[in-house]
Amino acid sequence: MSDFSQCAILELKVNNHPGVMSHVCGLFARRAFNVEGILCMPMQDKQHSKIWLLVGEDQRLDQITQQTLKLEDVLEIAQHPSCHPVFAQMMQFVE
Amino acid sequence: MKISGAQLVIKLLERQGITQIAGLPGGAALPLYDALPGSKIKHILTRHEQGAGFIAEGMARVTGKPAVCFASSGPGATNLITAIADAHLDSIPVIAITGQVPSSMLGTDAFQEIDTFGLMVPITKHNWLVRSAEELLEVIPAAFRIASSGRPGPVAIDIPKDVQNQIIEIDELPEPGVATPLPQPTLAQLQQMQQMIAQAERPMLMVGAGVIQSNSSEALVALAEKLGIPAVSTFLGLSVFPHGHELHMGMLGMHGSKGSNIALEECDLLIGAGVRFDDRATGKISEFCPQAAVLHIEIDRSEIGKLKTPTLAVNADVGACIKALLNNCEPQQRIEWVSRIKWLNENHGIALPTNNDLTNPYSVIKTVAEIVGDNTNVHTDVGQHQMWTAQVYPFVRDRQWSSSGGLGTMGYGLPAAIGAALADPERMALCISGDGSIMMNIQEFDTAVEHNLNVKVVVINNARLGLVRQQQALFYQENFSAVNNRRTADFALMAQAMGARGFDLSKATDAKAMLTEALNTPGPVLINVPISEEEMVFPMVPPGAANKDLIEERNA
Ligand SMILES: Cc1ncc(C[n+]2csc(CCOP(=O)(O)OP(=O)(O)O)c2C)c(N)n1
Ligand SMILES: [Mg+2]
Repeated sequence: MSDFSQCAILELKVNNHPGVMSHVCGLFARRAFNVEGILCMPMQDKQHSKIWLLVGEDQRLDQITQQTLKLEDVLEIAQHPSCHPVFAQMMQFVE
Repeated sequence: MKISGAQLVIKLLERQGITQIAGLPGGAALPLYDALPGSKIKHILTRHEQGAGFIAEGMARVTGKPAVCFASSGPGATNLITAIADAHLDSIPVIAITGQVPSSMLGTDAFQEIDTFGLMVPITKHNWLVRSAEELLEVIPAAFRIASSGRPGPVAIDIPKDVQNQIIEIDELPEPGVATPLPQPTLAQLQQMQQMIAQAERPMLMVGAGVIQSNSSEALVALAEKLGIPAVSTFLGLSVFPHGHELHMGMLGMHGSKGSNIALEECDLLIGAGVRFDDRATGKISEFCPQAAVLHIEIDRSEIGKLKTPTLAVNADVGACIKALLNNCEPQQRIEWVSRIKWLNENHGIALPTNNDLTNPYSVIKTVAEIVGDNTNVHTDVGQHQMWTAQVYPFVRDRQWSSSGGLGTMGYGLPAAIGAALADPERMALCISGDGSIMMNIQEFDTAVEHNLNVKVVVINNARLGLVRQQQALFYQENFSAVNNRRTADFALMAQAMGARGFDLSKATDAKAMLTEALNTPGPVLINVPISEEEMVFPMVPPGAANKDLIEERNA
């Protein structure tokens, strides 16, 4: 199992539009903020999706969160500690 | 009602109050252009799509309202990119609408297919690839809402040709998109701000474009006067304070006056109003305003704490904050501090030449300003001529100043001036340009001639890429590399070739008389004004240095 202790986990609720992933991933890339892991699935209502991001626990985390919140299709962001199981459970598919 | 996607776009734009659109057609935009004749919208055909983008920017800057440009797919769209990026960095509400290859051909490397959506992502507030004509009912109003809400900015809408052609049945048109209400300061925030300001002995205002965007320039000046608070302006905040105001120290930063940078060293409270602490303004940020507490009033939450950690941050409409402070604060005089500012302005302001020799760039700018008067919108390109203008132009009202700040784009000036002349035809659109910059969009002079616009271009001609040459002179031991424009076109003749009047001060017996005649000639006019390549913009803070370590003059 990988060690996520230096990481933070962001949970984004977004509009389920084509293009949302480009907007979110593009933002992290152009602001030179590393994304270690990403998971995106439509929610039950099909109108919205959840994007989970595994990112470095970096002093710029608040800044990138504020930038992400400005995206039109991003509705909410929650931050979770690295012990959140979502990516740990995904590990079995990449090992 | 049955309506095509393209007709719907034009209808919705009309309902948004759009009366003029700059653009250039092509295959993938044919249905859009087919829907234009007969509409209330006047189309301004440019000679290059970059010109269309900057015309829209010029319109938006002078009116404060969103403006639209059109282009076709592929090269049409890529030609818009620089202008949209410019609007993005300066927070200007521009709406770019591009044609795209039919949906069925997307992703096949079809003729003139390019990923416009992908290209626009990093340089817009939001953008769309429209999938159906119905979507336009939502997208067009949303585009106007997003472009004009909060901190304004550009948006882009890419519309495949089949979507433009698609006929749909609709019952009614959606309401036009409008800006969403701005967050207001809380009572607690107002009290904290008031207290902070009341307690400060040496407060300074740092005035940014946010003040102009929030229509509060007059209130801000009144606040400064009521509370005895001197001010510096960012490059884009120029024109908030009228020229010569005794509390105003002009532009801060890389080419700000020495006096403004000393005052910022001494102040004990910095009030950043609608600013983003750009590096050209702050210099080395860790040494910026070393003694000051920082009050940051800013609509964009992500700017707060991005570069400068504030003592107090107010994430709300700067206009509402200023007006509330103006109403609630007790007057203060701060006699000592204000007289210190006066002394700094007198002794360390930008020194103007005493003679009116029109080979000196400051004299050229001052004389042009005198001749054209206050009923003028002032544009520049990028370079030394831009910084000289920013330092000394006698602005009298906000939105009078339009120049590419964040992106620093050569080629902005002429098409932006055309945009201003179209949107604010009662005023002259002045463009102070350089011999390098003017060549980046000179083709649009032809557009100005076609519409007989009141555009006056003054080319301050040092036959050099002057600002680059200046850096090579100061920081690269005069190893001049690729800055020579000595063999350049005859600009006055070029204007004549396009059917306008062209003047060349090098051929004048009385330079001032020729300049006066030229600026009083109706319609588009270009005036070539030769100056020495040795002229430099001073003071100058070396890139990366602290503002206090500015170079006052050559060999100083
Ligand atoms: C599109 C673009 N390319 C390059 C630059 C870099 N640059 C900044 S100023 C400058 C020289 C501008 O020359 P000119 O228009 O003659 O103005 P001057 O400095 O001589 O007044 C250059 C090349 C730029 N700002 N924009
Ligand atoms: Mg030049």
